[in-house]
Amino acid sequence: MTEMNTVPAPANNRLVAKLLLVVLAMFGFGYALVPLYDIICDITGLNGKTGQVSAAEVVGPDESRTVTVKFVATVNNAAPWEFLPNDVTMKVHPGGIYTTSYRARNKTGRSLVGQATPSVSPREASLYFNKTECFCFTKQEFEPHEDRDMPVKFVVDRDLPSHIESLVLSYTFFDITDSSGKS
Amino acid sequence: MRHARAGLTVLFSGILLFLATPALAEWAVNMPVGVTPISREVYGLHMLIFWVCVAIGAGVFGVMLWSIFHHRKSRGVKAASFHEHHMVEVIWTVIPFLILVSMAVPAAKTLIRMEDTRDADLTLKVTGYQWMWQYEYLEDGVSFYSKLDSESNKARQLNSGIDPESVPHYLLNVDNPVVLPVNKKIRILTTANDVIHAWWVPALGVKKDAIPGFINEMWTLIEEPGIYRGQCAELCGKDHAFMPIVVKAVTEEEYRQWVAEQTGKSEAETASL
Amino acid sequence: MSTTAEQLHDHHHEHPKGVLAWITRWLTTTNHKDIGTLYLWFSFLMFFIGGFMAMIIRAELFQPGLQVVDPMFFNSMTTMHALMMIFGAVMPAFVGLANWMLPMMIGAPDMALPRLNNWSFWILPFAFAMLLSTLFMEGGGPAAGWTMYAPLVLQTGDAFPFLIFSVHLMGISSVMGAINIIATVLNMRAPGMTLLRMPLFVWTWLITAYLLIAVMPVLAGAVTMLLTDKFFGTSFFNPAGGGDPVMYQHIFWFFGHPEVYILILPAFGIVSQIIPTFARKRLFGYASMVYATASIAFLSFIVWAHHMFTVGMPLAGELFFMFATMLIAVPTGVKIFNWVATMWKGAMTFETPMLFALSFVVLFSIGGFSGLMLAITPADFQYHDTYFVVAHFHYVLVPGAIFAITAAVYYWLPKWTGHMYNEFLGKVHFWASMIFMNLTFFPMHFVGLAGMPRRIPDYAVQFADFNWVSSIGAFGFGISQLLFLFIVIKTVRGGKKATSQVWEGAHGLEWTVPSPAPHHTFSTPPDVNLMHKEAHS
Repeated sequence: MTEMNTVPAPANNRLVAKLLLVVLAMFGFGYALVPLYDIICDITGLNGKTGQVSAAEVVGPDESRTVTVKFVATVNNAAPWEFLPNDVTMKVHPGGIYTTSYRARNKTGRSLVGQATPSVSPREASLYFNKTECFCFTKQEFEPHEDRDMPVKFVVDRDLPSHIESLVLSYTFFDITDSSGKS
Repeated sequence: MRHARAGLTVLFSGILLFLATPALAEWAVNMPVGVTPISREVYGLHMLIFWVCVAIGAGVFGVMLWSIFHHRKSRGVKAASFHEHHMVEVIWTVIPFLILVSMAVPAAKTLIRMEDTRDADLTLKVTGYQWMWQYEYLEDGVSFYSKLDSESNKARQLNSGIDPESVPHYLLNVDNPVVLPVNKKIRILTTANDVIHAWWVPALGVKKDAIPGFINEMWTLIEEPGIYRGQCAELCGKDHAFMPIVVKAVTEEEYRQWVAEQTGKSEAETASL
Repeated sequence: MSTTAEQLHDHHHEHPKGVLAWITRWLTTTNHKDIGTLYLWFSFLMFFIGGFMAMIIRAELFQPGLQVVDPMFFNSMTTMHALMMIFGAVMPAFVGLANWMLPMMIGAPDMALPRLNNWSFWILPFAFAMLLSTLFMEGGGPAAGWTMYAPLVLQTGDAFPFLIFSVHLMGISSVMGAINIIATVLNMRAPGMTLLRMPLFVWTWLITAYLLIAVMPVLAGAVTMLLTDKFFGTSFFNPAGGGDPVMYQHIFWFFGHPEVYILILPAFGIVSQIIPTFARKRLFGYASMVYATASIAFLSFIVWAHHMFTVGMPLAGELFFMFATMLIAVPTGVKIFNWVATMWKGAMTFETPMLFALSFVVLFSIGGFSGLMLAITPADFQYHDTYFVVAHFHYVLVPGAIFAITAAVYYWLPKWTGHMYNEFLGKVHFWASMIFMNLTFFPMHFVGLAGMPRRIPDYAVQFADFNWVSSIGAFGFGISQLLFLFIVIKTVRGGKKATSQVWEGAHGLEWTVPSPAPHHTFSTPPDVNLMHKEAHS
């Protein structure tokens, strides 16, 4: 038969203690991931997360270059809003601050809450598309039949790679009135 | 006599092959070449990698077949005892690697061209719904929904009793097709209303997922007028099989006419290109 | 070897009589052979259930038009067929083979953690009973594909939490089994059984075990996030809350790609055992085979996004994943060449295990070739989500994993039961499986290239002819497997007595114990150094 276990009890206890410590450390790592993710997404522009710069940091437009920006709007899940860009297309100079807006209208007779998420295409352009003011991720409460304009102030970074001459800013509008998390 | 027999065999085979051609078309065994520069490049890559695989396969399986016939115990052979050879191992590691590199270069070139969406003449926004498509022409202000045509829809119901062969373009026909001009670079944006869908027309050589909350882009340039059919290419629920795509490629003039009809404006007013 | 001593010892090992005792034995056994048997019978049952679902799928696809089931049920059939086959048939079968053979191959008396072994198995019947029960729930069984993409999977009805829970249970079973295998292989090899003397099947399972531990928790994470998105207000994959459906795909496929290697590496090990036996020649390039397997395992972690080329990845990502995926062809090719070199100038006979093993080499290679084609990203845009992909993975999984498992069963049945299986029937099973399998799946390459998407219950009429052929092939393949069941049961119950060696060209510790293998083997470790000296003198 196989030999009996000859490892002494203290050695087993030490191992158990070490393993418990590893478990705790992994939980801690899991919690630390929340701020870590934010940092990673900011640096890499993943998830269409665009840069956020303050208006003061902007240097000035590069007149030698023109980039076409198209604005696109989608309402998710056939939610009862009308949601349209007020400008469909805009020719901009990288480095200059521009303003546009989207118009949303609650088509129903009830109060609703909406939220918009942005997405930029091509993906790599999202790193260079900075919104100094926007309505992304902010809960928008609408009275029945209310409509409003929601502004977007943006700067296309002067470092935008030269092969990108046009990009698309898309907003998707979601109904989060029933905000129990079910989509 | 031998020559006559050979000649007749060739003649017969030729006739058979000729007769078989329409049958072969029915029994479609290959990807379409398509009608865009990209679809042609993709077809070329596909055939290249295919023949490389056939060649390697023929080589390896040929060796195996030979071995199966000649190195069998019933032939009275005695097994050899070699079980390693470093040089041989190096060779059959390096040579496949080089073959792969030679494939990767043209593939990368085509991929880079496919992802170059600059200088588009027209932008078409495609939104996938459960279970239909919405098309919006951003410059021309045309917007409509496109779903499975009613004949197909009736026939496809469970135990409808309708023979699919009697329905024209069964499951590949819609009520409102996408109309696009030929020889113009068209940038196609995709998104979705609910779950992930995918927009695919094999003859154009492009496919891209349509993801709710996000915008994707691809481009195409159709070189020949015609009708091209595709289907949703991402499982999206019960009617995933029943939301086809029909693209009608027409001359620029006909496209302008169509836009005018859709928007109620005159043709001159719609000329934005 | 002290085989007579083993036999004498085993005479004292009588199992108590009576139904209750029988049930207790199978419920509480910690014996690796018993647990191996449990896994194998369980997997056989799941194979038939999953296979039955495939028959429903092919019955609907027999002709254009909808005749048999409604689209929602069809989607649940494709989903469940895959879940049953992957998690219920292939993986447990490999674990069953590992349980039976690994301890004997390394001269160990049992697995390192016998009680854990028992629990690893018994989780599975519960997990699958739960999964199968979802077919009877409100909203039907899960129907979003075995890949469970968000947001579609969140539209699943009452079945949803049970799907998630059963996936968790399967994962726990796999991870515990993998831990057991690693502990056994690293700690319980007989003296003289160095790592580089181990049979290839042990090596491939050792590497597979590491893959399992690395990626099953990732799947658990992914499905847990689905669960919290649905019930606890999180937005991991919900864009409304800032989440991303594509992130689910990244996480899933980070598990998913190594998973497919988990499904094939043990098969590589099996083939590496069988071909040398029937060629009467040592495996060519043993060390290369080990390194190639390890390279494949490593590379499998950096290619996952080739399952997502159409998702809208940046160009740099597409290029990287294309190159990395193509690279896997190199070590895989090395393995194929080594098997052929093993055959070359051998003295082959073609018993049933060898027939399955040789057809594995040819047909798995065909699956590998279509895989290489899929790796070419611009071409993949035309292949993705079509039947071309279905053809590819069925070629690597059916004549790949399944044929290898079948080969292993024929190869080791005499050792397990003490009886030879009926060679004529075995060959009939082989030829039927071979022919019908190709009839089923080869035409799928054509319809996929011609434009037929996957996961559809009904198709355009130009795809009808090949679908008709596929369905005929599928029905034939299904019936052929009933013959396999018959052969196995027949062999368990009786047959020509098997020797210890069983096969003339077989080498390894497992062939030194009697057939059937005694309930306990290698209670005293064998002297491998001595055996090695004798074999190579």
